[in-house]
Amino acid sequence: MLHVAIATRAFRRYSTYRAATLAGIFTNSVFGIIYSYAYLAVWDANPTAGGYDAQDAVTYVWLGQALLMTIALWGGGTTDDLAERIRTGDVAIDLYRPVGIIGWYLASDLGRAAYHLLTRGFGPTLIGLVIFHISLPPSFSTAGAFAVSLVLAGVVSFAIRFLVASTAFWLLDQSGVKVMSGAFAIFFSGMMLPLVLFPGWLGTVANALPWASYVQVPADIWLGKHTGVDLVAALGFQLVWAAVLLTACQGVLRLATRKVVVQGG
Amino acid sequence: MAEAVRAQHLRTYGQIAWLWIRAAWQYPTSFVLLAVGNGLITGLDFVGLWIMFAHLDNLAGFSLHEVALLYGSASLALGIADTAIGSVERIGTYIRTGRLDQMLTKPVPLLVQVCADQFTLRRLGRLTQASIVFGWACTYVDWTPLKLVVAVSMLVSGGLVFFGLFVGFSCVQFWTQDATEFANAFTYGGATITQYPLNIFPRELLVGLTFVIPVAFVNWYPCLYLLGRSDPTGMPDALRFASPLAGLVTMAAALIVWRSGVRHYTSTGS
Repeated sequence: MLHVAIATRAFRRYSTYRAATLAGIFTNSVFGIIYSYAYLAVWDANPTAGGYDAQDAVTYVWLGQALLMTIALWGGGTTDDLAERIRTGDVAIDLYRPVGIIGWYLASDLGRAAYHLLTRGFGPTLIGLVIFHISLPPSFSTAGAFAVSLVLAGVVSFAIRFLVASTAFWLLDQSGVKVMSGAFAIFFSGMMLPLVLFPGWLGTVANALPWASYVQVPADIWLGKHTGVDLVAALGFQLVWAAVLLTACQGVLRLATRKVVVQGG
Repeated sequence: MAEAVRAQHLRTYGQIAWLWIRAAWQYPTSFVLLAVGNGLITGLDFVGLWIMFAHLDNLAGFSLHEVALLYGSASLALGIADTAIGSVERIGTYIRTGRLDQMLTKPVPLLVQVCADQFTLRRLGRLTQASIVFGWACTYVDWTPLKLVVAVSMLVSGGLVFFGLFVGFSCVQFWTQDATEFANAFTYGGATITQYPLNIFPRELLVGLTFVIPVAFVNWYPCLYLLGRSDPTGMPDALRFASPLAGLVTMAAALIVWRSGVRHYTSTGS
């Protein structure tokens, strides 16, 4: 119940900035249009590249724009607050609260993600639907699986951003690590280019890394590329990464706590 | 006289920039990671294009090294502009926190202060990467003296166009404080467009990119000349040499917008 309350507050906090949200939807849509034409040119030259057709490719572009903020691909979200509190030392207060610090930040980040999904997610999707007639999920069950996949993507992304913010315990400033991790996230999530186009071993590696669960896995589910056992495997892939990374967060936090105590807060 | 004043402003810009470089060194690990990270972002950008070409012979009739020329020149121009004046994007924050008031009381032009503020060398990452790609693509060009002139003027004009776009669109923040992302559609959106041969876009869009948001002059028209290609969209050939004009016009327009923005500015009082 407490975590729901935290999430609702985060949702409201982000919803304060209406003009920023509108400007963001506008920008996502402009990028959606640019990439749509680029991908149309690519699939015009090779109509079956990566096993997608032109319709799949354009749909993929708009899904990527919709997920950019929702999954916080560049980093940021509530973990930025954590990094700042580590730098100033306020994190000491978070640590002796009677609520787990990971649960606290995860709840507030999911609240943020829900707000961004409703605005920065639906906005561009609607515009893509109107201008480029993107595909919708083929069935209700696909849509349901997509929703589950989206939540898992949010958790995986949160865990990685939490780990990045935790580096501030040692480096005092997360910004360098954040930029690096953002670069990897954009490349290996399939945001820059669908992972289905990655050749050979690069494709194998990219599809096994946790970032694949940000965009490529949810988008493939939306496009109906995963069915039956394959669909279960795709969701399982996300679930395993979520569990592994959250455990890593737990471990890093334990190490860091010892350090905070040594410093005397 | 005017010469001396301009030199003085440049010197002040240098001093403020140096101050911020030293400040950034206080967190050396972060500084290095930021530079590497920025190089990585732009580097992976190009890897993306390269992977794309693993599936194609050409993109709308342009081969990989031709697209690399477009990509490298635009990325260099953006890198130059971004390193010099990238901080102008942050004026919304200065207005909100009241720092702009402090700046207005100092005997240095506001634009110089805002551009030099939080100057960061981490953008060297982009410049290095862009130079490598551009250098590689240049080896495929059949050089003539005139092409060399066009190439140099392309980079300078491209820098000016991006300078104009960044300054001009940042001024939106004088009127609305939190719609900063609106500007990104035109600045970074413009930069993204220049990575591709512009004939992949509908003709109306190309006209807009020529006469409204003139990013087509950053690389598209001059590169067509460097590559010795006829314009696939049938725009007049004279445009290939018009980049310097486009750069100056964009910059002049941006300075007018900046001036009216500053006039319009009223402090938040905080």
